[in-house]
Amino acid sequence: MIQAELERVYEAMAEAIDAIGPKQGDVFLAKLALALAEDLGHTERVLEVIAECRGGLVRRD
Amino acid sequence: MRPRGRGELDSLYFDYPHFDPPRRPEVEPQAPVAVVGAGPVGMVAALTLALHGVRSVLLDAKDTFNDGSRAICMSRSSYHFLDQLGIAAPFLEKSLGWTKARSFYRGRQILEFDMPDSADEKFRPMYNLQQQYIEAFLWKAVASAPLIETRWQSKVTGLDQRPGDAVLTVEDPSGSYALPACWVIAADGARSAVRGMCGLRLKGENHEGRYVIADVKMAHDYPTIRRALFDPVCRPGGTVLIHRQPDDIWRIDYQLREDETTEEATREENVRASVEGVLAEIGHGDGYDLEWWSVYSANTLLLDDYRHERVFFAGDSAHIVPIFGVRGLNNGIADGHNIGWKLAAVLNGKAGESLLDSYTPERRGATLDVFANASKSTRFMTPPSHGWRVMRDAALSLALSRESAGQLANPRQMTPHTYADSPATTPDDPGFDAGPIPGAMIRDVALGDGFLSDQLGKRLTLLAFDQPDFDVPPGLSVLRLPANGPVARAYGAVQESAYLVRPDLHVAARWRSVTEEKLLQALGRMAICEEETA
Repeated sequence: MIQAELERVYEAMAEAIDAIGPKQGDVFLAKLALALAEDLGHTERVLEVIAECRGGLVRRD
Repeated sequence: MRPRGRGELDSLYFDYPHFDPPRRPEVEPQAPVAVVGAGPVGMVAALTLALHGVRSVLLDAKDTFNDGSRAICMSRSSYHFLDQLGIAAPFLEKSLGWTKARSFYRGRQILEFDMPDSADEKFRPMYNLQQQYIEAFLWKAVASAPLIETRWQSKVTGLDQRPGDAVLTVEDPSGSYALPACWVIAADGARSAVRGMCGLRLKGENHEGRYVIADVKMAHDYPTIRRALFDPVCRPGGTVLIHRQPDDIWRIDYQLREDETTEEATREENVRASVEGVLAEIGHGDGYDLEWWSVYSANTLLLDDYRHERVFFAGDSAHIVPIFGVRGLNNGIADGHNIGWKLAAVLNGKAGESLLDSYTPERRGATLDVFANASKSTRFMTPPSHGWRVMRDAALSLALSRESAGQLANPRQMTPHTYADSPATTPDDPGFDAGPIPGAMIRDVALGDGFLSDQLGKRLTLLAFDQPDFDVPPGLSVLRLPANGPVARAYGAVQESAYLVRPDLHVAARWRSVTEEKLLQALGRMAICEEETA
């Protein structure tokens, strides 16, 4: 994926999160992840990306 | 609970009987088996013992049946047990069979699924029937069984276990007495007194989700299809289940919010308001009568061992399961049947006591299986934390556009547990490419005017495909089947193949090519006595 394509995804996600509002933001993102995981059709890769994305985020509560 | 002005047993559609205290002998002879608790599990156990010629004394503290509709779904496997006891007819006549379930999310259908069924099955996957009818039909058979002596209003207050027998202290309106029994089956429910007397406790988890179950009588036009409403308008964030029962009775289960106390939620006006919200949601505007309601939580609790010396625990006394998989009653019935035929085999001298060692692994294994499935269903129905709730809501929302996500909302229904790890089960013969594996319940097959299950005896049965070239032990029933017929095809059998089927229709062993030696080894695993069979 070239940089410009990834940017389109980035923008579309930002706009969708704003359109849905903060209360349903996490449900939207979870739904998106489930749908993309199914389209990807590769469970092990999905689980690796889940582990990857957990990195760099710390609990803030 | 029932509406104001109506007594605990004052039902809109069912007349509860009253049972008098027993007349009992001056001197109590030792009973082969004492069954404590005349609910569905205890009655099935006593009827199974009687089928195999064993006498029992059946005790119950109450003077009538359990109040309310309680467990309303009976599974195909339970109907097979009733059929074997020769009492399926009234159940089939009254109950509503069903195969289909639908799930809705915010009012839109996201999933419709059919449970496995075919013309080869004698019974449907599920039947809805109120528990008091289940008890009434079982009672009709118990009351006319000469080998069962029932004593109502008889409360067990003490238990003394000795080598070789157990002595129960029983209290009835005419006093207290000692009842010696060779074996005891404790089917005395979730608050089992016998369990306490043995010093045992159920162990496991109490889950957060609480549900009110309410029965209403109404003329409502919808087929017998189980409906699950996720995040409905009437209960935002909650879950509602709707089941049709006989006599125009509808069961509505709805989840309580964390901030709703059980006491408040079970007040009549609050139950009515909640029920009316559900009825509005499903488009029923023609009024209703409130019949009965209760509350439950989704617990997973069980005993470490279903046996304590001479006592066997069966049903809710041994395990409390969440109701989403409809396994409380069905597993209890399977418990009662399992210990019933095994105790009968031992008492009749047809098997050694080590056969009884298979009871806990088989039936406790079934409960653990329920827990594994039910905790998935429970997590979906009642998410335990933010993460589970977010994923549940995401799956439901995705299901609006993708059928695959709807499958995540598929409640895992009852299938009979496979006793593959039981000490009584012979490991599989790897030559098979079809058919029920050892430990599994048989699959029924349409055969002539009936079904394979019709032709199985109450005893151990050898399904022999074409003639085996040895003399089959006389203790076995033999059902000879052609090696090119429908059963052979469904069971992956060829000439000389055989399946050994237990009285509870589970496969004990199977061979592509049976020999006398292999058969005797399988019987040995079940402690079936040589002198009876050789």
